[in-house]
Amino acid sequence: MNYNWNWKIFFEVSADGRHTWLTTLFMGLGWTLITALCAGIIAFLLGSALGVMRTTPSKWAVRLGNAYVEFFRNIPLLVQLFLWFFVLPELLPKGMGNSIKQMTPPWASFVPAVLGLGLFTAARVSEQVRAGIQALSRGQGQAGTALGLTLPQRYRYVLLPMAYRIIMPPLTSETMNLIKNTSVALTIGLVELTAAARSMQEFTFQVFEAFTAATAIYIVVNLIVVNLMRWLEKSIAVPGFIGPSVAGGGH
Amino acid sequence: MGAFDFGVIERSLGYLFKEGMTFTLTLTGLAAAGGIIFGTLLAMMRLSSHKWLSLPATAYVNLMRSIPLLLVIFWFYFLVPYIGAWIVGATRPIQVGAFASSVITFMMFEAAYYSEIMRAGIQSIPRGQVWAGYAIGLDYWQTMAKVVLPQAFRNMIPILLTQTIILFQDTSLVYVLSITDFLGAASKIAQRDGRLVEMYLFAALVYFLISFALSYVVKLLQQKIAIIR
Amino acid sequence: MPMIEIKDVSKWYGSFQVLTDCTTNVEKGEVIVVCGPSGSGKSTLIKVVNALEPFQKGNIVVDGITVNDPKTNLPKLRARVGMVFQHFELFPHLTITQNLTLGQIKVLGRSPDEAKTRGLKYLDRVGLIEQKDKFPGQLSGGQQQRVAIARALSMDPICMLFDEPTSALDPEMINEVLDVMVGLAKEGMTMMVVTHEMGFARKVANRVIFMDRGSIVEDATKEDFFGKPRSERAQQFLAKILHH
Repeated sequence: MNYNWNWKIFFEVSADGRHTWLTTLFMGLGWTLITALCAGIIAFLLGSALGVMRTTPSKWAVRLGNAYVEFFRNIPLLVQLFLWFFVLPELLPKGMGNSIKQMTPPWASFVPAVLGLGLFTAARVSEQVRAGIQALSRGQGQAGTALGLTLPQRYRYVLLPMAYRIIMPPLTSETMNLIKNTSVALTIGLVELTAAARSMQEFTFQVFEAFTAATAIYIVVNLIVVNLMRWLEKSIAVPGFIGPSVAGGGH
Repeated sequence: MGAFDFGVIERSLGYLFKEGMTFTLTLTGLAAAGGIIFGTLLAMMRLSSHKWLSLPATAYVNLMRSIPLLLVIFWFYFLVPYIGAWIVGATRPIQVGAFASSVITFMMFEAAYYSEIMRAGIQSIPRGQVWAGYAIGLDYWQTMAKVVLPQAFRNMIPILLTQTIILFQDTSLVYVLSITDFLGAASKIAQRDGRLVEMYLFAALVYFLISFALSYVVKLLQQKIAIIR
Repeated sequence: MPMIEIKDVSKWYGSFQVLTDCTTNVEKGEVIVVCGPSGSGKSTLIKVVNALEPFQKGNIVVDGITVNDPKTNLPKLRARVGMVFQHFELFPHLTITQNLTLGQIKVLGRSPDEAKTRGLKYLDRVGLIEQKDKFPGQLSGGQQQRVAIARALSMDPICMLFDEPTSALDPEMINEVLDVMVGLAKEGMTMMVVTHEMGFARKVANRVIFMDRGSIVEDATKEDFFGKPRSERAQQFLAKILHH
């Protein structure tokens, strides 16, 4: 085999002349995590709103929510990011379009990445929230109604508190998917972890060292997030409740 | 920005579909077929009572599910030539070609997800079926092949199809290897003619229509199966 | 004026008619038991009284307020009508005390302290004051149902609706719940109770309504119903359920 192993490459200075390759990889990880966090906040809030909309008695709210999910679920994430990055600035009125195009990197990549990932993941979160609400017995909503609670009050005090607890496992998968999906943003210039590994590979030709490091980092992040979510699940668990469970989705 | 020229779509339809979509669909089909077969094998290994089978299978599935598909694409792109050389005994990495590399990548990656689906499917078949198979004298492999797997497979068809639709969308990621799948073809036209808006909107539309139509078919299938049960 | 007036009420689920021209009244302080075979519409009848289920024909008036009037403030009305469900439906993520105070604070606008005092008063009344900080999942079925009754009482309702309150309980817990209900009846609470527990009916009911296939087939005083029921259907039903 004609491959020169050089594990010391991590401590050599990278292409930008200031950081080691190891630092470069961790900077990439930083972008991965911050992108995932911002997109995650959007996804959670929007996804919850959509999930609630799709379970209300209002027919148009249900249809609107379903239309949103169908749109964002049937277009590949990569294509969606291209739409945000290349197409949106051209479709907006001239002033807005120009100010977007004048954004400097990394924000020029970061903002479309966060928006694209956020709205994409919101569709999936809304599926989980909807499933969680529908897993509750009809009697719970009726008990709230019988007490005189209005629709918003029922969602806030009766349905959502239990629904979120039920869907913790699939939400954990969704969080992991979000972190992995940040890698797709490398195609629009975001220098997240996979992009950093790729640039290391391109400059040093130490292919396997670079990708092994990236793989190891993703695995460790995976373990940390899974355990964090498990701790969260335990701390909000309701004593004595063995309720319905909701299955998770694909990747 | 000047006016949009949607005529570029019409002019490039041949290239888009004959080159691009053919690649996408071929890749999807091969990866799905190979992925389901390998995935079923992985599922059986995971459910085996032999630790030397279940542990590597579990490790493999967990690994594939922990890292992004893009990283796996890069891995296989660089790894396969070396593995090929090792198998063939050559001294230098052999040229594999983008198509072969991506087929192997997607087969290996999606197999992890297909294996989880098949594992659930196999576990949902009552143990009594297995005992009945043994009772009439079938061995393990015959019982699996003739009794368990056919039922598990039939039960899981809607979920397997849904995963295949996801696979279909994932193939767009071969873009990073400059491969000419459907998105790659659209992108090439877009950059050559300076028509990014038109081409990317069209690409989004096509992916949407195909995925939406397929998921509708899956929904109908699920309703049909539900009635039969 | 009767507390509850039900007049010519009909309800359809799609093309299937579940209630047909139901008419009856409940006076203040009366205890009405509604019984009948499954599918007779008795649970549905009780659920249209506080508009938990809509109905397409007829009129329902509760304490002078027309339920089917689009201008009626339904949450306000429901706050005054207590309801107890077959499967208790306590809110699992809230403590017992929080279950009792939620409606008081959010619907009646009481202060948290006042709500807590009142809620715990009723909790004590049903004999479960030591459970105030537990969660519903930690209580038995009978205990949960008693808490559910206390939850309804905390709203100081003008009448109470019970939808098969003991049907989901193990036999040894039925009596603890029925005892609470008997106590309520003796204090003069207006009650409409869907149940199979004929012993309860014999003890405290004023009238018994028998329903079959969506219609009120018999509406008689307790004595008449158990003594000499008029309809053959009611006689068959009584014969079946009184035998075990």
